Amino acid sequence: MSESPQPVAKCEISLTVNGQVVTVCVHAMDRLLDVLRHELGLAGTKEGCGEGECGSCSVLMDGMLVNSCLIPALQASGTNIVTIEGLASDGRLRVLQQAFLECGGAQCGICTPGMILAAHHLLRKNPQPTVEEIREGLSGNLCRCTGYMQIFEAVAEAGRREATT
Amino acid sequence: MRAHPAEYELFAPGGLSAVLSLLAQAPGAWLPIAGGTDVMVQYSAGNLRARRLVSIWNLPELRRIEVLSDEMQIGAGCTYTDLREHGVVSREFALLSSAARWTGGIANQNRGTLGGNIVNASPAADSLPALLVYEAELLLVSVRGERRVPYRDFHVGYRRTQIAPDELIRTICLKRRFSEYYAQARKVGARNAQAIAKVSLAGLGRLADGVVEDIRLAMGSVAPVPLRLTETERIVKGRRVDPVLVQLARKTAAAEVRPIDDIRSTARYRAAVAGNLVAEFLENMSTNGSIT
Amino acid sequence: MKKGSIVGASVPRKEGRGKVTGQARYVDDMVLPGMLYGATVRSRLPRGKIKKFNFGPGINWNEFVVVSPEDIPGKNCIALLDEDQPCLADGIANHPEEPLLLLAHADRHVFPKAVEAVSVEYDPLPAIFSMEESERLSQIIWGADNTFESFVIEKGDVDAVWENADHIVEGEYTTGAQEHLYIENNGMIAAFDQRQGLTVWGSLQCPFYVHKALMKLCDLPADRVRVVQMETGGAFGGKEEYPSMIAAHAALLAIKSGKPVKIIYDRMEDMAATTKRHPSRTRHRTAVSKDGSILGGEIEFTLDGGAYKTLSPVVLSRGAIHAGGPYYWPSIRIRARAVATNAPPHGAFRGFGAPQSLFALERHMDRIAHAVGLSSVEIRRRNLLKPGQTTTTGQVVREEINLGKLLDRALELSDYYAKKEKFAAENQQGRQKKGIGIAAFLHGAGFTGSGERYLGSVVGVEAGADGSVRILVSSTEFGQGTKTALCQIVAEALGLRYEDVGIAQPDTKEVPNSGPTVASRTVMVVGKLVQSAAAGIKQTLTARGMLGDSYSPEEFRAACRAYVAEHGKFRCLARYEQPDDVAWDEKEHRGSAYAAFAWAVYVAEVSVDLATYSVSVDDFVALQEVGKVLHPVLASGQIIGGVAQAIGFALYEKVIWEKGRMQNGQMTNYIMPTSADLPAIRVYFEELGNVHGAYGAKGIGELPMDGPAPAILNAIEDALDVPFNSIPLLPEDIFDALAERAAPESAIPLARGKP
Repeated sequence: MSESPQPVAKCEISLTVNGQVVTVCVHAMDRLLDVLRHELGLAGTKEGCGEGECGSCSVLMDGMLVNSCLIPALQASGTNIVTIEGLASDGRLRVLQQAFLECGGAQCGICTPGMILAAHHLLRKNPQPTVEEIREGLSGNLCRCTGYMQIFEAVAEAGRREATT
Repeated sequence: MRAHPAEYELFAPGGLSAVLSLLAQAPGAWLPIAGGTDVMVQYSAGNLRARRLVSIWNLPELRRIEVLSDEMQIGAGCTYTDLREHGVVSREFALLSSAARWTGGIANQNRGTLGGNIVNASPAADSLPALLVYEAELLLVSVRGERRVPYRDFHVGYRRTQIAPDELIRTICLKRRFSEYYAQARKVGARNAQAIAKVSLAGLGRLADGVVEDIRLAMGSVAPVPLRLTETERIVKGRRVDPVLVQLARKTAAAEVRPIDDIRSTARYRAAVAGNLVAEFLENMSTNGSIT
Repeated sequence: MKKGSIVGASVPRKEGRGKVTGQARYVDDMVLPGMLYGATVRSRLPRGKIKKFNFGPGINWNEFVVVSPEDIPGKNCIALLDEDQPCLADGIANHPEEPLLLLAHADRHVFPKAVEAVSVEYDPLPAIFSMEESERLSQIIWGADNTFESFVIEKGDVDAVWENADHIVEGEYTTGAQEHLYIENNGMIAAFDQRQGLTVWGSLQCPFYVHKALMKLCDLPADRVRVVQMETGGAFGGKEEYPSMIAAHAALLAIKSGKPVKIIYDRMEDMAATTKRHPSRTRHRTAVSKDGSILGGEIEFTLDGGAYKTLSPVVLSRGAIHAGGPYYWPSIRIRARAVATNAPPHGAFRGFGAPQSLFALERHMDRIAHAVGLSSVEIRRRNLLKPGQTTTTGQVVREEINLGKLLDRALELSDYYAKKEKFAAENQQGRQKKGIGIAAFLHGAGFTGSGERYLGSVVGVEAGADGSVRILVSSTEFGQGTKTALCQIVAEALGLRYEDVGIAQPDTKEVPNSGPTVASRTVMVVGKLVQSAAAGIKQTLTARGMLGDSYSPEEFRAACRAYVAEHGKFRCLARYEQPDDVAWDEKEHRGSAYAAFAWAVYVAEVSVDLATYSVSVDDFVALQEVGKVLHPVLASGQIIGGVAQAIGFALYEKVIWEKGRMQNGQMTNYIMPTSADLPAIRVYFEELGNVHGAYGAKGIGELPMDGPAPAILNAIEDALDVPFNSIPLLPEDIFDALAERAAPESAIPLARGKP
């Protein structure tokens, strides 16, 4: 019968979140998702499954779309994180968010932050995606409300609008 | 989340040699974690037995791809996205490319690594059948030095590999001699994305005048380890692809695999589909793949 | 609809901005000072007497607040239709995952271990896990005979039809449990103080259901219990009754600890412990004449209710009433029964019994077609209800619905005939077989029968001191557009801009009880009441000469300001009254079951891959008559989302049970469709209006759940010429059926591996 382990000490981790350098005192194995929500009060990133399947916890880490529920805090050290809260200030993403609003891309809204991050990531790599490319790009983000079609329309619309500005 | 973060240590010593020293100090005590797409799922579910982890994420020595004249050297820390974005991998190692494409969604492809897929050693792992047919070799590294092992011997049992407790996979080496082969891979999951394979096939073949000059077939999720279908290859090699051979190959493959019933599927389904995928491979190769 | 009007336009979602910027606040986003976290110790047995709890070593139990049944101030029950379900097991556990004890602690990370460390000594009791076992009565686990509810619906003289029938067609159809899989798990926060009483905040559909349950559990009067709905991340019925349970748990811990307590389930717990769609078994026996007319029939409709009654009687009722579908039955006998098993109680899920009985019916119609030698189209055409005819409960179809034309339009939109012919030819060879299938159905909107009358819903519209207008309802938003639609209705009714109308967040302290947000009733029933209350506001102002017959929004605001300055609070309430033409006999289950039906014909096109036996839905046409489309984008969104969930119900979502416990309770193993699995779902509407609904609207939230599964299985039968009568239908099932039919020499010898 194993004895209770000694609690591991917390460590200081610095990272950039939405353009601001922050330092948090957390366990190395705290999930980035929990660091964002609990240490930094950024509740926009959601937990839907805790197993990297639903994508509600998606954020950008050094420009890459990742599931923050699967990232230990220590591995986020020194990285550049963008969450849904960080998108509103960027002019381009207001187009995407506006398109979501107009096309019915958000119903209950719980998948929406992750979905918008994934769409943003897709549009940055591929500004004029086809429906198939949108389908593939968002295939790691589950939505139970919309059946996806109005989300695809929102992303395609955002791409079209971006092309004309 | 069913684990207490205060009960887990995670260090990032920073360089490969520092990591190897740590592993050597207490062999078996430290679990390497790269992108975490397997380890963190176990952790969150409260099923991670290891309490001490060492990060090998983004180590430059592990996350590089070198193209030599006769060989591709893929660092074990390369992610699926790295593989998808690499031109030579796409052109010459299409089976690996397709495996990368159907692993998880984009977010998981950005973090999951080839080395992690190998060492986690799930029989359902997406990239392993491809490595079998490409006859990969693994460069394993430790403080004791480097050794090169053929991948075909690497898996010794269910989720058990030849890797020593103080070793890491450094590089996956693929000989650049398959661009002339017909290549086809197929994954059968419960859905089209974000699915664990119920059956998967990676196949390479070469026809000359309708006769099978070379054939390599490997499957996932049909045995405790990724499986080369050596018996099926044997009865196909040197023969002309015709309906009789296709049917024989179908039956042989279905009998050669050793699938089980589990939460995802049944043994009888997996066996039948294994046979069907092999038959489909031969038919497609004969329609599309003639070289001479 | 006049140009520029708000109803009928796709205005921006009222609460949408918060959702697309991450500002929307769900229960897990809220933290209260001094808050503890709560967790639940659950039964591992399907059934057994609880002898003793042992609090194991390695945990500092002094740090925990522990709640057991003895701590319950009022009655140990979750009051709903009945009071048979305990809040914490009362000496006997009746299903796996049944709550036994509650724990609270400041550090949420301690829980998995702490919960594990509570071991329970049981005297196991024999348990039952299927409808058949329950019916056999080898174990009585509930009441006198394991039956939560049973009744018979009868019309005409069924016993006389068999003699003259040219065909008697029988069939048995089953549907499995389905998990809601809302992306936001269940969660609640509770706080208690002696002065204010009890407050709970959470993810929920029905604030007053929770309110009622907490009053009974905590022995508190109505004005000392307050329930506040937070932004809710999906519900689909899964947050209709279950929130009362988790709210009860949080409340008990809050009362005992004196601190706010938050309970948030993780995905594994939510899947294993909360409600699912009722599994069903339907047996049809139908007398048909040689020209394909239905003469009469018997339907036996049985639901597995799990371990406690919860809402099973109402699910049974709706399922049984829909069991005859949109067809004319000269005579029918529907025997309906909901039985108990030792599984977590099954509950409300979009469609609420109708997807189950309509699956059976629409599969059975194709079986009848085969037996009689008619096409799937023709058998339906000959039996579809016409205005003036009566439904299975004797309700007269009063509206001018032409179901034959609806069928024709669906066939045209889907290019049905051309495709059917093309597929038949192409299926002769190739690697896949394609098929096309249809389903015709209906869905009654609003509560069944006298339900709306019993609810006596009340709504309010209020003008504030600044002249702004606010809607007061307990109807909740969880993605379906409650806030948007109700604001559109009031803005339209008052001649204001959409932006001028707001809606209060449902808080039992602030809003009247407009009934639960279920049964596709919100736009139709609550919307009509809200329209009425808005009219009342306007009338008050015009009657006092404070407003002319036509006015600008600014003049309206000024009039409201003036009224409030003079009279104080300016609020108009409206209460539901049952229309004269909706009369229902609950005991006999006869009469007008619903104030309005929406009608639909769906067409599914599938391909079956012969190598993998996987089914892909390649095209889907969803055509429905819905009274009035108040918001095109929202309405389409409801249909597409419902069809997607129903595709999951048909082809992907299997709950794997082991002795009453779900084994695949993770998103990786419970398979819902991703974006890569769904076709473009083509949605079309027709509008006949509805006198009983706001601006002519009928309810549509649940309708799309009813048709896809049978349409898809009809298409699969068209493709493979093999009938399947059970869902979910997985590739493994298709393989087994095809292998069974294959010639012996194709049988494949297996080398079996060891697990």
